[in-house]
Amino acid sequence: MLDRLARHRLARHLLIAVVAGAGLVALTYALPPFRNYQLATMAAYLCATAGLTVLVGLSGQLSLGHGALMATGAYACALTSAELGDAGVTAPLLLLGPLVAAIVAAAVVGGVVGLAGARLHGPYLAGLTLTLTIVVPAITTTFADQLGGDQGLSVLVEPAPAGLGIAFPLERWQAWIACTAALLTMLLLANLTGSRFGRELRAVRDDEVAARLAGIDVGRTKVVVFVVSAAAAGLGGGILAVLTQSVSPGAFSLAFSLFLLMAVVIGGTGSLAGAVWGALLLVALPELTALLSDNLATSPRLAERLDGNLSLLVFGLVLIVVTIVLPTGLQGLFSSAAGRLRRPSRPSPVDLTHQPTTDTEPTDAQHTSTP
Amino acid sequence: MTGTASGSLRIRELTAGYGGPAVLHDVDLDVHPGTIAAVVGANGAGKTTLLRAVSGLAPRCTGSITWEGTELRGTRVEDLVRRGVAHVPEGRGVITELTVEENLRLGHLWRKDPADGRRAVAEVFEMFEPLARRRASAGHLLSGGERQMLAIGRALVGRPRLLLLDEPSLGLAPKVTAQIMALLRHLRDETGLTILLVEQNVRSALSVADRGIVLSLGRVVVDDDAGTLAADADLRHAYLGF
Amino acid sequence: MDRFIFLTVDGLSRGAVFAAFALALVLIWRGARLVNFSQGAMAAATTYIAYSVTTASGSYWLGLASAVAAGLVIGALTERLVMRRVDPSRPLNAVIAALGIVLVIQAVLGILYGSAYRAMDVPFSRRPLSIGGQAVLSPYDLFVFVTVAIVMIALGLMFTRTGVGLKMRAAAFNPDMARLLGVDVGRMLTLSWALAGAVGGLAALLVVPTELGAHPHATDLVFVYAFTAAVVGGLDSPVGAVGGGLCVGLVLSYVSGYSGSDLSAVVILAVLTVVLLVRPAGLLSRPAARQV
Repeated sequence: MLDRLARHRLARHLLIAVVAGAGLVALTYALPPFRNYQLATMAAYLCATAGLTVLVGLSGQLSLGHGALMATGAYACALTSAELGDAGVTAPLLLLGPLVAAIVAAAVVGGVVGLAGARLHGPYLAGLTLTLTIVVPAITTTFADQLGGDQGLSVLVEPAPAGLGIAFPLERWQAWIACTAALLTMLLLANLTGSRFGRELRAVRDDEVAARLAGIDVGRTKVVVFVVSAAAAGLGGGILAVLTQSVSPGAFSLAFSLFLLMAVVIGGTGSLAGAVWGALLLVALPELTALLSDNLATSPRLAERLDGNLSLLVFGLVLIVVTIVLPTGLQGLFSSAAGRLRRPSRPSPVDLTHQPTTDTEPTDAQHTSTP
Repeated sequence: MTGTASGSLRIRELTAGYGGPAVLHDVDLDVHPGTIAAVVGANGAGKTTLLRAVSGLAPRCTGSITWEGTELRGTRVEDLVRRGVAHVPEGRGVITELTVEENLRLGHLWRKDPADGRRAVAEVFEMFEPLARRRASAGHLLSGGERQMLAIGRALVGRPRLLLLDEPSLGLAPKVTAQIMALLRHLRDETGLTILLVEQNVRSALSVADRGIVLSLGRVVVDDDAGTLAADADLRHAYLGF
Repeated sequence: MDRFIFLTVDGLSRGAVFAAFALALVLIWRGARLVNFSQGAMAAATTYIAYSVTTASGSYWLGLASAVAAGLVIGALTERLVMRRVDPSRPLNAVIAALGIVLVIQAVLGILYGSAYRAMDVPFSRRPLSIGGQAVLSPYDLFVFVTVAIVMIALGLMFTRTGVGLKMRAAAFNPDMARLLGVDVGRMLTLSWALAGAVGGLAALLVVPTELGAHPHATDLVFVYAFTAAVVGGLDSPVGAVGGGLCVGLVLSYVSGYSGSDLSAVVILAVLTVVLLVRPAGLLSRPAARQV
C-alpha cells in the first residue's frame, strides 16, 4: 500500500499535503495569536519563494522582480476588494475574488516579462526584473490617484466566519487562509516539477540546444514557467495584502526582492523543501536581529538605525557566504547528509544534478595514483 | 649543437588529465638543447595535453617536468615566459580582437627591456613580410598562414629558449606548412632554440625533427631518431598511417 | 524651441553621467563576463565617503578625490574577497553574490548614516548661462561634461596606448593565451573592478548632489539607467555605453520635460523591455566587430 503510494506521485503529494494541513491546523490551536500571524506571513512568503525556486532552480532564469510581482498581486487584491466591497459582495467571494485577481494580474505581468526573458541570457533578465522592482515606487507615485502613492491602499477583509465561534481569533483564521494557499501552491508546484514539464525545464536549463533538438519548445517552456512562478508570487502578495489589510510600495522594496532570492538560495535553488526553510528564515531572521539590536543598541538613535539594517546586513552576509561555501543550499546539505546516512555509497541526487564535476574527483584520484 | 643536460627538457612519469580519466599515462620524454622533438599520433592520443601539462594548463598532473635543471611543475602559467618557455597553443591563440602589432607587443610586455622588445618586434616584421604590411589589422582579418606566423612571431618576441608548438600545420596549405617547417629548422640551426613540436602531419614534422615520439592513447609507444622513424615502414603503417 | 534646447542640454548632461556609470559596468563585463549588480551600492558608499570628507574638510575637491580613491579600494576588495571565490561554472552565483554585497553595503550605510537624505553641495552654479538671451547650460553642466570627457579620454588612452591597458584587453578577450604571454589575469581583473569602482563612484558623485543627496538607495535608479544604457549600447562596447548613456539621458529629459509628470522610471522600464525584446545584443552593437 505504502509502496504504491510512493510510486504514484499525485497521490503521494496529496497525502503529504493532507498530513501537513492537519498538522498545521493542530499547530494553529497550539500557537498564540502573534505566532499564528507569523505563521501566516511565512505561508504568504512561501508561495513566492516556492514559485521563485522553481524558476531559478529548474529553468535557470534569475528573477529579481518577484517582490514586484508580489506587489502586483497585492495591489490587484486591494483594488478588487475595494470594487467588490463597493458592490456589496461579502465573504467568501470577498476573499476569493481578490486573490484570484492577484494571481491573474501577476501572471499577466509575468507573461510579459517571461516573453522578454525567454530570449535573454545571463544578466539581461536579472537586469530587466531588477528594473521592474526599482520602478514599483515610481509607478505607484505616477498613478497615485489609483494606487494611493506612498500611502498605498487598504484592503477590505472580513473577520473569521461566525460559524467558527465568536471567540475564534482572527490570527488563526489568517493562518488558515495563508496555509491553505501555501499548501495548494506547493502541491501544484511539486506535481509540476515532477511531471514531464519539469523534465523539459531541466533539459532547457542544462542545454538549450540539446533541448531544442529533443523537440522541446524552449521559448514556450520558459514563458510558461515564468507565468506559473509569477502567479505563485501574485498569490503570495495577495495573501500578504489580506494579512496586513493594506498595501504600500515600501513593503516591496528592492531589498525585499533580494530577501526572497536569498531565501531561495539558502534553501537551495530548485528545492521546494528549501523554499520552506527560506520562508521560515524570512520571518525568523528579522525577529532574531531585532532581538540582537535591542541588546546591542546603547541609544535610541542607534537602535533606530540598527532596526532593519541589521537584518539587511545578516541577509547580505548569509547570501555571500552561502553562495561561496554552500552552493547547494541548506536543503542540499540536509539531503546529502540524509542520503549518506541511508545509502553510504550513492551520491545524493542534489549533487548529481547540480555538480557533475565534483563527483568525478575520486575517480581522478585513482587514476593519478595508478603507477 | 651540443648542450648540457641541464639545458634540456626532461619529462618523467607524467600522468595528466582534466579531472576525468587521465589523458596521459606515465610519459617519459627528453628534448635536448637545440633540437626539435616531434610528438606525433592520432587524434586524442594526448599530444595537446602533453604541451598543456608542460605549461601548467592541464589541471591534474603528476610526475616531473624539469627544464634547464629545475622543476617546471608548480610554476604559475603566467611565469612560464619568465622561465624562457613560449607556448603557441592549438588554434594559434592569436588574440583576434587585437591588432597584429598589439599581439606582438604583448609578446614582450613582460620583459624588463622594452628597447630589446621593440628590436625583437622589428626582427619579426623582417622575418615575416606579410605581417609587416598588416601591422594595424585586427587579428580576425588575417589568413590562417598569417595567424600562424603571428603566433610564432609573438612567441619569438619574448626571446624564448624553449618553444612549445601545437599543430602549426592545422588548416594550412602544404606550401605554407613547408614554409613553417623551414622556419623551425632555421630557428634551431641559427639560434639554438629548443622546440617541442606536436603535429598530426607526420611527414612534415619528421622531416624537420631530430627526434620522433609516437603517442598512442596517452602512452609513448615509440621514441626514436626521426629519420629512422620515417624510414621504418612497419612503424609507419602501425602508428602513423603513411 | 527654447525648451527643446534646454531639455537637450539637460538630457546630455545627465546622459554623460549615465554613460560614465555604464562604462563602469562595461569595464567589468569585458573583464569578467558578469554584470556588476553591486555597482550602484558601491557608488552609494563612495558618495557617503565624499559627503563625510567634504563635511569634515570643507573642500568639495578633497571629497571628490576620496570618493574616487574609495571606489578603487571597494572595487578591488569586492573582486578579491568575494567575486574571485564564486564558482565560475554557475553564472547565477556571481549575480547572487553581487546582490549580497548590495545588501551588506546598504545595511552598513544605513547603520552608519541613518536613512535621512544628506544634502550635498556642488562646486559650480547650476543656474543656466544665457547665450544670446537663450538659457543653454549651467557651469555645473559644463563641469560634468568636462569631467566625464576627461575620464573617457583617460580610459581610452589607457586601454589603447599603455602596456597595462593592452594586458587588460588581452586578459579580457583570451585569458588563457594572456597567461601564456605572462599576463597576470587575476591582477588585471582586480584592476578592472578597481577602475569600475572609481568611475562609478565619480559618476554617482556628479549626479547625487543634483538630486536629494546621499542616501543608501540614492544610486539604485542610477544603476538602472546605466544598465539600460549599457544594454542599449551593447555590454561589450565602451563606445556603445557612451552612446547608450546619452540616449537614456535625452529620453529621460524629454519625457519629464514634455509630459510634466515624472514618468521617467516607467519609460525606462518600457525602453529596456522593448530593446531586450527587439535587439538583445544591444541597439548599437555590431556582433562582427568588437572593437575598442
